[in-house]
Amino acid sequence: MIEGLAAIYIFLLAGFTGYEIIARVPVILHTPLMSGSNFVHGIVLVGAMYALGISETTTEQVIGFLAVLLAAGNAVGGYVVTERMLEMFKSSNKPGKAAGD
Amino acid sequence: MDFIIDASYLAAAILFIIGLKQMSSPVTARRGIVWAGLGMLLATIVTFGTPELLESEHFTVNLSLIIAGIAIGGGYAWVSGKRVAMTDMPQMIAMYNGMGGGAAATIAAVELLKAGEANPGAGAAAYLGVDVAILAILGAVIGTISFSGSIIAWAKLDGRLHLNKIVPGQHFVNALLAIATVVFAILVYFSVDVTTIAIFFALALILGIFITVPVGGADMPVIISLFNALTGLAVGFEGYVLGNAAMIIAGIVVGSAGSLLTHLMAVAMNRSVANVFFAGVGTGPAAAVSGEQEMKEIQAQDAGILMAFADQAIIIPGYGMAVAQAQHKIWELVQLLNERGVKVKFAIHPVAGRMPGHMNVLLAEAGVPYDMIYDMEDINADFKNTTVTLIIGANDVVNPSAKIDTSSPLYGMPILDAMDTDNVIVVKRGRGAGFSGVENPLFFADNTKMLFGDGQKAANELIQAVKEL
Repeated sequence: MIEGLAAIYIFLLAGFTGYEIIARVPVILHTPLMSGSNFVHGIVLVGAMYALGISETTTEQVIGFLAVLLAAGNAVGGYVVTERMLEMFKSSNKPGKAAGD
Repeated sequence: MDFIIDASYLAAAILFIIGLKQMSSPVTARRGIVWAGLGMLLATIVTFGTPELLESEHFTVNLSLIIAGIAIGGGYAWVSGKRVAMTDMPQMIAMYNGMGGGAAATIAAVELLKAGEANPGAGAAAYLGVDVAILAILGAVIGTISFSGSIIAWAKLDGRLHLNKIVPGQHFVNALLAIATVVFAILVYFSVDVTTIAIFFALALILGIFITVPVGGADMPVIISLFNALTGLAVGFEGYVLGNAAMIIAGIVVGSAGSLLTHLMAVAMNRSVANVFFAGVGTGPAAAVSGEQEMKEIQAQDAGILMAFADQAIIIPGYGMAVAQAQHKIWELVQLLNERGVKVKFAIHPVAGRMPGHMNVLLAEAGVPYDMIYDMEDINADFKNTTVTLIIGANDVVNPSAKIDTSSPLYGMPILDAMDTDNVIVVKRGRGAGFSGVENPLFFADNTKMLFGDGQKAANELIQAVKEL
């Protein structure tokens, strides 16, 4: 379990890390990166699985199911669209080839 | 087992950070999403082995529900994500982001309900502890607002919702709603009964809707980015509630990265985040054009000749081009012009498309090599050495009022200096105002000719005109 000061350390360090990652990113990657970070918070899926997994009443199960449903959408959708967008950058790395078709 | 799970969560968090870091450079970006994806897969798989899950009385039912939820939610997202057109990417990101916010909020709902069942009549802190209770409630508010707000952002960008106002005095009502939400958040802290929790969530839902509806179309990317950061924050908070390191780290990293990204986008559009919320651009009546200025029309054939005999041509693509799916045709036109010895450059405004970088993605999709694509700072000085500028589907980003007219809502936004070119050709579907609803004096300028028509059709005609020479 993560509590008290340790949690504050983690919050702070994670905050700095996020800032550091974005600080020098070129404009062309803003959209893919937003999409990528959108995928990353899809990790909420594990929390949703846990919440549903330990639920005891029907109400909890319904809400927990909703949580898993939404979280899975976030994670899978985030991955698919980010991957598709970044796929585009392959062709622009080889202009000769792209221009040839 | 606990150790394996904790270690896997930590590994997942590290993979996310490595992935995001790689996504911040064009060379490694494609690898980045794969690393992050592996992290997600690892975290999801080990979660099935959590002892509390395995020991639950309702193990079979809960496990079936988990699998069904992943299959349905994931399946829907997989199909929609694969199908969505590149032009519609921003609203799809908004949608998935909203789902994440909703998930964080529902996790909080489960925890709060549990607290209510354990100690009826007592406060949330009695069961959860002070710190957990506060973060659970905060995460619930933020996640819920992000959920309903993102759905509205999706509906507006997708053209399903054209509302700019729900009630008169919207901002005042929003303030009241915000206060009511805070009051109920405090009530939930002190007494977790089902009704209070339900009203609390309902208020946060409505607040999310109400604050997003007045936001002008041009400001949507900033809002989506902000909601993305908020979802991250909510996930981080709920991660603390569940004692899950991967959720805390990933959530807070996204929260802070997303906040900075939001700020960068707002700066690129010369707006502050507060401004985006409290003043919708173009929600008032569009300013009338002064004088009896007329747009001058040009035929595709003449436009084609003009471009074919130019020394240098600059193309300014906008979202309209992408909507018309004209980028492939434009690239064909550019190749034809290149063969004739015309130097062609693409000029990209920082917020071209619907988000920073969106246009680059769309051009890359059409096969345009990125050494032909120039950022605003690199190309603005070049417009005066250019024979002809072709503007296709762009409007606000070339609007000179942003420079000269202090009363314009766009005033202060950096623009592409297309008006410095000898000849400006604007491909436009009709005579209406732009995305932001602001009139564009460039269209009435002496050196500007309008080529009316759909982007796809206009590009085809231009190609024909150049071919026939």
